[in-house]
Amino acid sequence: MASLIRDPFGDAVLMRKAYGDALVELGHARKDLVVLSADVQSSDFSYLFEEAFPDRFFNVGIAEPALVDCAVGLANSGKVPIANTFAFLFATRALEMVRTHLCYGGANVKLAGAYAGLSDSFDGPTHHSITDVAILRSLPRMTVVVPADPLAVARLLPQVAEWKGPVYFRLCRNEVPRIYTSEYQPEIGKGVVLMDGDDVTIMACGVLVARAIEAARLLADEGVAARLVEIHTIKPLDGELVRRCARETGAVVTVEEHSIVGGLGGAIAEYLSETHVVPVERVGIADRFAESGPYSDLLDRYGMSVNDIVGAAKRAMARKAGAVSTAAREMA
Amino acid sequence: MSECAVSAAPARTYQYGTRHTPAMIADLSRRAYEYRIQVLRMVYERKTGHLGGAFSAAEILTALYFHQLRLDPEHPGWQDRDRLVFSKGHACAMLYTVLAHRGYFPVEELSTFRALDSRLQGHPEPAKTPGIEVTAGPLGHGVAIGAGMALGARMDGSRRRTYVVLGDGELNSGVVWEGVMLAAKFGLDNLKVIVDYNGVQQTGTTAKVMPTEPIAAKWAAFNWHVTEIHGHNMAEILNALDLVDEVHGLPTVIIARTTKGKGVDFMENSPQWHGGIPNDAQFKSALMQLETGAAQWQA
Repeated sequence: MASLIRDPFGDAVLMRKAYGDALVELGHARKDLVVLSADVQSSDFSYLFEEAFPDRFFNVGIAEPALVDCAVGLANSGKVPIANTFAFLFATRALEMVRTHLCYGGANVKLAGAYAGLSDSFDGPTHHSITDVAILRSLPRMTVVVPADPLAVARLLPQVAEWKGPVYFRLCRNEVPRIYTSEYQPEIGKGVVLMDGDDVTIMACGVLVARAIEAARLLADEGVAARLVEIHTIKPLDGELVRRCARETGAVVTVEEHSIVGGLGGAIAEYLSETHVVPVERVGIADRFAESGPYSDLLDRYGMSVNDIVGAAKRAMARKAGAVSTAAREMA
Repeated sequence: MSECAVSAAPARTYQYGTRHTPAMIADLSRRAYEYRIQVLRMVYERKTGHLGGAFSAAEILTALYFHQLRLDPEHPGWQDRDRLVFSKGHACAMLYTVLAHRGYFPVEELSTFRALDSRLQGHPEPAKTPGIEVTAGPLGHGVAIGAGMALGARMDGSRRRTYVVLGDGELNSGVVWEGVMLAAKFGLDNLKVIVDYNGVQQTGTTAKVMPTEPIAAKWAAFNWHVTEIHGHNMAEILNALDLVDEVHGLPTVIIARTTKGKGVDFMENSPQWHGGIPNDAQFKSALMQLETGAAQWQA
């Protein structure tokens, strides 16, 4: 099982470059794939697809509503469109189009949200995307997938294209470590157990999986056996796995580069509150806007450091112990 | 629907390309009134729906579905069918009526409009209703969606055409103009927009709510081919639809000057009849007027 994780991590590579390469590869495999951009192809590297397949690439200008609507029309023609713009714009400016035509209308359109989380770090809170998962996962019929590293992008993107119905694929702008070995075979809708342990489960998504691995290793050094699970598909949530981990470890920490409101942490807290109640600690951005700055520093400053994850794990375990002793007192 | 003024059998279709004979024009003109009567009954009986914008689009939809569009109701998913995007989704009672008479579903089903368990939702839903291409309701989507369909047809090397029926109130919406620029950029001459320019939106005239004139000049400035017609004159509609097939290299728009609530004097040009429901006396009066309207085209 440990063979899924590289130790040490591989060299950091640009996730957007990995995305552009994966698009080109998919373009060779699928003739029905078309790519649309709201004039951000130089940012998210979908320009690589434009260079390889100019007849299947459409730049619609800085017009995110039309970006989604035009993709709806192409889907009606039997194409598989992947629409590209910055993550926050899908969840805000183009949201009505997404809700009406992708989710309600059922248009088979895929959304690739670039520069998600704090990854467009220096551009600041206008460009950060910290509520997109909460917004998009609230829509019936939407699927939300958050890859953790370049290999995850390459292995999940073909599944995104193959998936029937709308998918939101959330992408990071920056250089991220290659964390997975070639054994990693993700499947949309299925969580991945990366490390075993019985004291607490850390459920992470996106590029913070790397920090969660570091946190789990630090915990191990302190004698805490943390189970680490990657939840790359926020919706549909792998409820069976989430519940089993809650039952077997009795405490859960969620880790995401997103507001703690409504994202992975929200999804898991909702699910466990009705299926198996255990202490849940949410690591993420505490319902506030961030600021401009270096990416890694921002993640640290806004509550997503390795130490934040370690601390959350300890809190969750302490609450578990407290819950046990409270129950014991009540029984006495 | 037992008192339905029209037969339940699929209505006569004049194949695309046939000559516009006076008899054909009279027949389609009469049927536009009969479809209004059907819509009036639906909205009166169900006590919900939008009459004004349905009545203004009667001749446009009749011309499209019974002559212009190359369709096969037996095979709604036929890949090379012409596409129709009904962007002004609130007026879908007329669209449903025309689709039923074109043979997409039983005419009797129109009586279930907006009821629980009905396939005929308050606004169009493609998964439920045969013949519906895309959902509509939130306004302004049609042009950009149509542009995507037209791009898809071009990629396929298909001769299929995409028609968009757009309300003039929708012209308030920014995404319309995003779509307009997009279609012009790609020179989509297989995209044809018909603006049902009835001059009235929910709370008042378009001139008062959000002035859009000079509307023809606006579309022309965006590099579209523009035609203006009388939108209740069947011969003009049919000729304009033929004409725009001869335009190459740029998308085309037909500004169809229409009357909201057309055919019923107290509904015409009245914002109240955007979503108003007739009482018994109004229903009877409207029915009589529409029957008179149909009778004027009786051979």
